[in-house]
Amino acid sequence: MNRFVEPDPPTPVPSGHVSAGRLERVLRAGKFAVTAELNPPDSADPRDVFERALVLGEVCDAINATDASGANTHMSSVGICALLTGAGYAPVMQISCRDRNRIAIQGDVLGAAAMGVCNILCLTGDGVQAGDQPGAKPVFDLDSISLLETIRAMRDERRFLSGRAITVPPRVFLGAASNPFAPPYDFRPLRLAKKIAAGARFVQTQYCFDIPLLTRFMARARELGLHERCFILVGVGPLASARAARWIRSNVPGIHIPDAVIARLEGAAKQKLEGKRLCIEMIQQIREIEGVAGVHVMAYRQEELVSEIIVDSGVLRGRRPRNGVARAGNRQKSRTKT
Amino acid sequence: MYAVRQWSVRNAGRLERLYHAFAGVLTLLGPLLARIGYARLEGPMVAIERPLKSLLFDCRMCGRCVLSATGMSCPMNCPKSLRNGPCGGVRANGHCEVKPEMRCVWAAAWDGAQRMREGAAISTVQAPLDHRLAGSSLWLRVTREATGVAETMGGSGA
Repeated sequence: MNRFVEPDPPTPVPSGHVSAGRLERVLRAGKFAVTAELNPPDSADPRDVFERALVLGEVCDAINATDASGANTHMSSVGICALLTGAGYAPVMQISCRDRNRIAIQGDVLGAAAMGVCNILCLTGDGVQAGDQPGAKPVFDLDSISLLETIRAMRDERRFLSGRAITVPPRVFLGAASNPFAPPYDFRPLRLAKKIAAGARFVQTQYCFDIPLLTRFMARARELGLHERCFILVGVGPLASARAARWIRSNVPGIHIPDAVIARLEGAAKQKLEGKRLCIEMIQQIREIEGVAGVHVMAYRQEELVSEIIVDSGVLRGRRPRNGVARAGNRQKSRTKT
Repeated sequence: MYAVRQWSVRNAGRLERLYHAFAGVLTLLGPLLARIGYARLEGPMVAIERPLKSLLFDCRMCGRCVLSATGMSCPMNCPKSLRNGPCGGVRANGHCEVKPEMRCVWAAAWDGAQRMREGAAISTVQAPLDHRLAGSSLWLRVTREATGVAETMGGSGA
């Protein structure tokens, strides 16, 4: 027999907010936010998602569900978000322009919002040559900025890109990526300004291993007043060894690792431990830069390490996000109708 | 051609002035073009526009030229056809993530924009491309718009 599941009543959107989500609440309250990336499984087993979410949920304000990052196929971001929202977690759904056109993406945005996704990160996406399916057709119908503008209009003007009306708009907090560590360096702050003009209110940067470059970027961002219009979360992550760092530098698009960082890893007796220590130091230095609103912690298939880094860095300052706890209780109470 | 395309970026300021003058002439000719009929002119105009813009910019005839806002570097040459700026994958030497032998189209655009009087237009948010316009003449569309002849699909001009 088919059963109609009565959804929980929508969580009210606080005044001055665009979403009902935790991430926006934490950021607008002026707290130093922490987000972390969940590595998507190469399986159809929901437990692979829940095991990782369990580790991250305790230490971060939102969990990023990646969308075939690096152009490698994994469980989809929309699928992971369905699992996470169902279990009461606050995900950031990543959308890349590489694999879907405007028809598919706008549909996914409505579906995601219906499932309780409150945060969407709009990305261009790595080229297909970087991943495990280099023979794929790259789509790139939209780019990250026209994607932001499209979802902003869906939310604020209640219309699709075509102009057709939307009855209940997706209440989503919009984010974008930024890479202060790739040329043309002078254009990067202006490109962030453009993303803000298109609707981005938070940004998660590429991995930071170069504090002077970040400092330069942030100085220009402050001059332009960008930190007052958008919450800037800086991306960080541990390097496992000098060898791994060299491999990443030459194989993963857009990641800049200075020679000094590699030399420091090389000189260490325990490289993995040194990589973790370096990441913690990085977080502590980033926290002191004016205009930085939080950190985004990523590590390839090492959620436990991410959790240790967040806790050891002291960046939560005694906060306990308990992401995933609040709504898990509500869910048990959800009623069913026949 | 790649070398000519790079030349166009180096001479973005000059090309900007030239295009403004050319667009002015076309606007003056507007009433004449309207009398001949835009539909009838579409074929011959494309026959001139395509080879010229292909030579100078490696133009793909997207039908919605934004060269004025991209430092005379055509964004359709970006393997991701990004119309709003460089992706995060630009290599340390300023080359493309997808085609390492090619300079990033947007790194070039940024240079070209510095040489143009209205280079700040690089900060304008560009709408998604209307793929129905592919292969059509932008020059005629811009003239039609400038002279107030009704038009259903827009173009931003270059």
